[in-house]
Amino acid sequence: MIEVNELTKRYGDKLAVDHLSFTIPQGVVTGFLGPNGAGKSTTMRMLLDLDRPTSGTVRIDGKHYGELREPLKYIGALLEAKAVHPGRTAHNHLRWMAASNRIPAQRVDEVLALVGLTAVAKKRSGGFSLGMGQRLGIAAALLGDPKILMFDEPVNGLDPEGIVWVRNLMKSLAAEGRTVFVSSHLMSEMALTAEHLIVIGRGRLLANLPMNEFIDQNSRSFVRLRTPQPEQLLDALSREGMTASLDGNGAWEVENGDMARIGDLAAANGVTLHELSPQRASLEEAFMRMTAEAVEYHTETPAPENPPAAWGENWKKES
Amino acid sequence: MFPALLSEWIKVKTVRSTFITLLLTFVVTVGLGALVSALFAANFNHTSAADRATFDATSVSFSGIGLGQLALIVFSVLVVTSEYSSGMIRATLAAVPQRLTLLLAKVVTVLGLVAVISLLTAFVSFFLGQALLGSHRVSISDPGVTRAVFGMAIYMTLLALLSVGVAFMVRRPIPALAILMPFFFLISPILNAVPKVKNVAHYFPDVAGRQLFSVRASSDVPYGPLAGFFIVLAWAVACIGIGYLLFKRRDA
Repeated sequence: MIEVNELTKRYGDKLAVDHLSFTIPQGVVTGFLGPNGAGKSTTMRMLLDLDRPTSGTVRIDGKHYGELREPLKYIGALLEAKAVHPGRTAHNHLRWMAASNRIPAQRVDEVLALVGLTAVAKKRSGGFSLGMGQRLGIAAALLGDPKILMFDEPVNGLDPEGIVWVRNLMKSLAAEGRTVFVSSHLMSEMALTAEHLIVIGRGRLLANLPMNEFIDQNSRSFVRLRTPQPEQLLDALSREGMTASLDGNGAWEVENGDMARIGDLAAANGVTLHELSPQRASLEEAFMRMTAEAVEYHTETPAPENPPAAWGENWKKES
Repeated sequence: MFPALLSEWIKVKTVRSTFITLLLTFVVTVGLGALVSALFAANFNHTSAADRATFDATSVSFSGIGLGQLALIVFSVLVVTSEYSSGMIRATLAAVPQRLTLLLAKVVTVLGLVAVISLLTAFVSFFLGQALLGSHRVSISDPGVTRAVFGMAIYMTLLALLSVGVAFMVRRPIPALAILMPFFFLISPILNAVPKVKNVAHYFPDVAGRQLFSVRASSDVPYGPLAGFFIVLAWAVACIGIGYLLFKRRDA
């Protein structure tokens, strides 16, 4: 079990990680979420004792990382893709790693097969694509058959097939009873794999809860409608205790509205409907709302009110 | 300690740069030493009486080290800095989090490998150089000669360890080489020619090393071969010590 207590990291006057405390639940996939620059990678490096915390502690089964004997048998980590010597082959890269923790040499071939790199095992890693580098990093993480796995942005740079492979791998590792701690800046990606969620922003803990609770709390459902007679329909809705708001694209949103009742109401009042559809706010939006305050770099321009014109529609204006 | 050592040994032997730099060290040191020896033999009758008086056949056959040591420095620096330039240092420290163990594993690996290459280089340089010096040659059994040949191997080995220490301090390959190469190739020789600075420059590792591998110690330098050994050793230990203190404290 990994326990993080009041972990803090300061670079000059910048606080990268700010009194962060959490416990990573065992045997499930835990998503470690936050916008870019939130302190996820710094936290992960401190978990492995690569970066020295300014204050606070990390305990792995009650021990400091440096006190673990043969740590690769405890924790396997993928930190950055292609952190390998470009002139060394994939096989040799795993061989030195195995030797350092007294892992039998045949395990190297096993993990290479597991990640699908057997064919290029004797090739220098310098020629690997980002996706192959990522697979080699995952092979390295699995080398010691560890109980805990840590992946920093594992799907970055992967093609769709690779993304599906990583998702399934993480799920199957957790199904084997292992603890999987995976960082991402994409809520939608985590919604597919993680059972537990730890969200940070500007180095501070924003949320620490099971994924299904997060979904219940944050998935807003509403009904979207379009009509050429909005006044009449709004009157009818308010008589029934429902309120609608304009969504900026000329459509109206009715919070928690019952679609059948709204349709009946429109018909009873002789209002024409151009659209009536159920909607669910995405988890991505909920995540963005949660971290909006904590985003490191805000973009200056607000999101466009109207969708941009399709390609080719503006040709007349230009001439 | 042993698994870390085995791991470092696998790392060193699985990259091409190891073979290239160590082969260059051998070829340049031996080749240039042979060339200088042959030139000395051919021109001995034209040299001044003063030059003849200080002539040291053993150190002439080691003339190639001035250039050959640069390849040795590159090897030693790359053992450490290639981990930083590729980002692999994080994988290394995740596998071996005890930083003293890791540093010692690297030091011992370099020590073992370079000691073998240095002994080979020293003996081949000596015998080839002496063969080319003809009638001006010395024998390995002459007084002080065996000490000088081993001294050469010791100097090379300690130089490699010194470079490992500097590499741990600076971490990046180019800055590490930019400190070490000019120091041995330019700065030390220049400062040793400047009258007042000379007294300090005498204690630079390359000057101390030359005392170690010469049979006739230079009368300019106020100490002999044994003191020369301790001076080079002190440089190596100091660089590794400072390298360790920084390595222990810093983020990887």
